[in-house]
Formats: sequence, C-alpha cells, structure tokens
Amino acid sequence: MDVLTLLADGMLIALEPTNLLICFVGVVIGLFVGAMPGLGSVNGVAILLPTIFFIKQQTGSDAAPMIFLAAIYYGAMYGGAISSIMLGIPGASTAVATTFDGRPLALKGRAEQALVTAAIASFIGGTIANIFFTGFAPPLADVALSFGNPEIFALMLLAFATFVGLGSDDIAKTVISIVLGLVLAAVGFDVIEGEPRLQFFDMVGFSRGINFLVLAIGVYGVGEMLWTLHTTRGAQEMTKAEISTARIVTATKKTFSDGWKGTSIGSSLGFFVGILPAAGATPGSLMSYGVAKMTSKKPEEFGKGSIDGVAAPEAANNSASTGAMLPMMTLGIPGSPTTAVLLTGLVLLELQPGPRLFEDQPDFVWPVIGSFYISNLIAVIVNLAFIPLFLWMLRMPFTILAPIIFVLSVAGVHAATDSMFDVWLMFWFGLGAFLLRILDYPLAPAVLAIVLGGITEEKLRQSLIWSDGSFYIFVDFVNHPIAAPITIIAIILILMPAIQMLRKSKHRQG
Amino acid sequence: MRIGEICMAIALALLSLFIMYEAGETPEWKGPRFSNIGFNEDGVPGSGFWPFWLSAVMLVCSIWVLINAIRKKTGPSQRQEAFLDSHGIGVVIKMGGGVLAMVALTDVISMYFAMALFLFYYIFFLGRHGIALSLAMAVVVPFWMYLFFDITMTKTLPKGILAIEDGIYAPLDTFFRNMGQLEFALCFLVGGAVLVAAVRMSRKPADTAQ
Repeated sequence: MDVLTLLADGMLIALEPTNLLICFVGVVIGLFVGAMPGLGSVNGVAILLPTIFFIKQQTGSDAAPMIFLAAIYYGAMYGGAISSIMLGIPGASTAVATTFDGRPLALKGRAEQALVTAAIASFIGGTIANIFFTGFAPPLADVALSFGNPEIFALMLLAFATFVGLGSDDIAKTVISIVLGLVLAAVGFDVIEGEPRLQFFDMVGFSRGINFLVLAIGVYGVGEMLWTLHTTRGAQEMTKAEISTARIVTATKKTFSDGWKGTSIGSSLGFFVGILPAAGATPGSLMSYGVAKMTSKKPEEFGKGSIDGVAAPEAANNSASTGAMLPMMTLGIPGSPTTAVLLTGLVLLELQPGPRLFEDQPDFVWPVIGSFYISNLIAVIVNLAFIPLFLWMLRMPFTILAPIIFVLSVAGVHAATDSMFDVWLMFWFGLGAFLLRILDYPLAPAVLAIVLGGITEEKLRQSLIWSDGSFYIFVDFVNHPIAAPITIIAIILILMPAIQMLRKSKHRQG
Repeated sequence: MRIGEICMAIALALLSLFIMYEAGETPEWKGPRFSNIGFNEDGVPGSGFWPFWLSAVMLVCSIWVLINAIRKKTGPSQRQEAFLDSHGIGVVIKMGGGVLAMVALTDVISMYFAMALFLFYYIFFLGRHGIALSLAMAVVVPFWMYLFFDITMTKTLPKGILAIEDGIYAPLDTFFRNMGQLEFALCFLVGGAVLVAAVRMSRKPADTAQ
C-alpha cells in the first residue's frame, strides 16, 4: 500500500467519533495549558501522562492515548500565542518570539489581528509540516530498519551531542544534566548481566528502577511550578480585545495578504530545526523570526507590530513540533522535551519506539499521523471560535491553578506507579530541579536522558561485546558505514564548544 | 548567587563521588568492589562500567562549574541577587512545604484527605481567596479525583490508617461502583455546580499574585 492510502485509512480511524472527541478534549486542554503563563506543552503532557492508561482501558486501542497526547502538544502551540499577545508574557517558551510583534499589535488595539494571524499561521505551519512528515517518515523508517547496535548507539550519542553543541546553555551544566538522567536510568538492575546495582541504601524502591514518569512529573509538575511561583511576582495586566465575526474575517484576509511570507518561512524552517534533537520549537520560532526580519522588505516594522513578525514564529513553532515528532516516531529519538515525554508514553503503552513501529504497528502509526492533521484543524477552529472563552480563562488566578497541578502530580505518579516511594522520589526530584533551575542548569536533557538511558547503555555494551571490547566499531567506515559518520558528527558537535572557546582565547591574546 | 552556585557544584561533585562508589558495588560472589567497572577477560564491560564512568564525567563537569563559579565565569555567579532571597525561601517553605506535608500525610489520613487539606491551606491561606471558594475546591477536587482514579480507573490511591478502620472508604466504594452511568455523570456535574456557586459567592480574590 502506498503512503496516501495508509494516510487516508489512518485519517478515517482518527475521524471515528471516540477519537475525534479525544482529539477535541486534548486540543482544548492543550490550548489552556499553553495559554497559562508558566505552563507549556511539556508540563501538560507530563502531568497528564498517567491518563493514557485510562484512555487505553476505555477505548482498547493504543492509538487513542497517543492521539490525546499529540493533541495536547498541538493545542499548546496555539495556546502559547494567546498570553504572549494579551498579557505580553509568553504562555510557553515556544511563544517567546510571538511577544515581539504580537504584543505591540495588541497595544495598538489590534489584538484580534494578532490572535487571528497567530491561529492561521499556526494552522498553515502545522499542516505543511504534516505533509513533510508524511513524506519523510516512511523512507526514514525504512533506512533505520537496517540499523544494528552501533548505529543506534551512534544516533543516541548524536542526540546528546546536539544538546552540547547546539544548546545555548553552559556546556558543563548541560553535560551534568545529561549524565544525571543517564545514571538515574541505570538504577535497579544491569540490563545485560542482571546484577543489582545503584540500589542506594538498599532501599527496595530503587530495585524496581526509576520510572521516567517520576522524573518528568517531578521536573515539570513540581520543579517548574515552584520556579514559576518564584519568578512571577507581580500581577499581570490584560489588554482588551474586541472580537466580532466581521473583525475576524478582515483579520484573516490581512493575514493572507501581509503575513504569507512570514508564514512560509516559519513553516519550512521550523520543521527542519524541529527535527534536530536538541532544538525543538523554541529555537525554531526564534530563528524563523530572525530570518523573516532579515528577508523582509519592511524590516523596520518588526518589533512594532508586523504581521509577518507574528506569523513567522507561530508557523514555526507548530511546524517544529511536528518536525520533532519525525525522529521520535521513526528512530525512537525525541526531537524536543515534549516528544521525550511522548516517547515515554509509547513505552508505557508497551510499544517499542523506533523504525519497527512503522513495520509492526501500522494500525497505531497511521491513525496517529492522521490525527495530527485533524488536531491541527480542530485547534484552529476551536481557537478562532472560542477566543473570548480563553481570554476569560486566562483570568484564572495562579493561586487556584498551582495547587491543582501539585495535587495532580502527586495523584498522577501514584496512579501510574502504585508506590508511595515514587511519590516521595518525585517530590525530591522536583525540589532538586527547582534549585538547579534557579542556577541555570537545563533540565530538558535530563528528562531526555532518562528516557534514552536504558537503550543507550544496552546498545553500547552489545556493540562492545560484538567488537570484543574495541571502541573502533563506532568509527569503522568499512563495516559500519552509517554508524561511523554519525559518531564522527557527534564527536565534532561535542568538541565544537571547546574549539570555539580556544579560538576566542586566541583572539584575545592576538 | 555565586555562593549558591559554588555550593551546588560541590554538592554535585560529592553526589558523583557517591554514585561512583555505589556503582563499584558488586554482588558477593563477583569479587571485590570496583572489579565491575572495567572490561572482563572476554572484553565485556561489567555492570558498573556505565554508571561509574558517567559519574566520573559528572565529577569533572562539576569541578569545571566550581572553578568557573569561583572565577565568576558562569552566568549565575555574576548575578548580584541572592540564590534564594526571602521570597524564594518563602516559595520553598510555603509551597514546597505544603506539598511535603501532603505527601507525608498521605500515609496517615489517606491521599484524598491530604489533598483536601493541602488545597484548603493553599487556596485559603496562601491564595487568600474566600472561605466558600476554598472549602468548595478542597471538597470538589479530591471528590473528582476519587471518582476518576478509585472508581473509574480502579487505581486505588493510598488510604493510610483509614483503610484499616474500613469505615469510610469501603461503603463509599460500594456506593459509587454500583451506581448507573447517568447518576455517576451527575455526581461529576454536582461537583462543578458547587464550584460555580462558590465562585459566585466568594468576593473578588485579594490582589496578591501568589
């Protein structure tokens, strides 16, 4: 069967009433989560991860829980723009670039223009990225099917290397974060020899290993919430928006006439930035904003309320979120923190992420891909139709929202793991994450690492068993022509910051 | 913030030393400590290989951060404000402490009652909302969670000593499990109605952002 038939079949399944309802609920939750300052797609997906058991139990399908999580992800990308425009505070880090021009537009009394442009650009960005995704995913999965142990380890190394080489954070802190995640993943039993290890203080709780959900909810439910409570101190002021059908229609026309360029730049650039493991939607949207400004005929309008300036980052963050799904679904390597949590969702559903997914589980893969298109459509409709409702919801004080999130985190961890030990662990992780966050330690790498830790170690050691302990296997161009270049790129990425530092110090001396 | 940065780097360095020590622990029949961190005779890496060398990398990086912090080369070490000012300490003690108390009370008075206490504490005392809204939230949210987790998902959350007495939850469980779907949905809606009524009743929340 060719891709289009598979996609059409998948879409039909995604359009079944139950899946449609799940999609709708997910999008609405996502819009809300995205719109609330301090909560992003990753918080929403992490806190609601335990509900996938419930959805699976009720629907009996593996696709439905994934459709739900992906819908939250998309919804949040739309929602982030609402608070960026109305409050001037990005609802999520992915919507930072939207404040640059969205806020000035709102202050000029054209909030509805900014909101409509954001929604439509998001829709176009998401849809274009979905088309790219549908085109690229099956061939990529086909190639990846031939991957053996060294190839997969090289890919994992590349995923971590991109954090080090392309991330904007302190390198030592990024490495510490990655290592913490990898070590936490190693707790419990050795995967190869079955020996117990790292069972600190001989506590029984550690012998079961540390569930990634515990770290993800600890970091994004408790840690980030504390951090948000710590950093947002003042009250916010909301701009007034006049919403009417006529105004929405005019704004839509204006989006197409003045914002097409930004939209197309964001849609295409966002997707490819999103694919890179460390990047995700935030750098994607910032880069697209920069490129749109550089190539614009009226760069002086940027920052003062340019429509292109709203369209580019909004198209890009949706496009990048789909881009981040590509390596997650085909290679089992998440392209962003949110997709790392989605990947844990796959594991919790007892699906093996990676290229075999396309081969073995077409009944899962294609409905999920079909739902990407549908979530996008639902998100734009809900967004445009219920703008007043979201503006009303934004008034919900944080003093009500925060305790609900804490309660959900505690209950969610217990429901998923059935252990008070894990709830305690989640709490301590959250507190630790809060302290690390204040000191600018990036935490997304730790979450990515605990997800990938098990498979990384397994592939490394199996490769070394193959090669009788020689590391040469990873750079052997003759026998492993795919693994070798990937490993070398990864090593260059890891060394890149060091080379740059050397150059800088030479400049200073010279 | 520089002192905080330095303390954290030292703490992380100690943590990595501790993990290295723990990673070297081998089962009794397998030889001495640290015999598992290298390759055995067949060239196969032992069970401690991966965590030990990872922690070694972490040790190097924490020392790197430490040196940079002392030389004022990292971002936080250049900032003047305190690592945790009075507001930050307040956040940790009031909010973090609240969550801690909720988790600690779970084993005593069951998770749902702990949640109710936490919600009331947070919304009434920290949020300074009206008593009606605080009480309504404290009752309705745990009630919804109970219906969702214990009844619908049959994922029973801890009941603490209330499980031993068996006088509170057992009759409730029987009552809700035997309920028809329509009545069950009604129970959810009643909760929502109580919340809406409470929002209407309570006066405008005091203007504190936290």
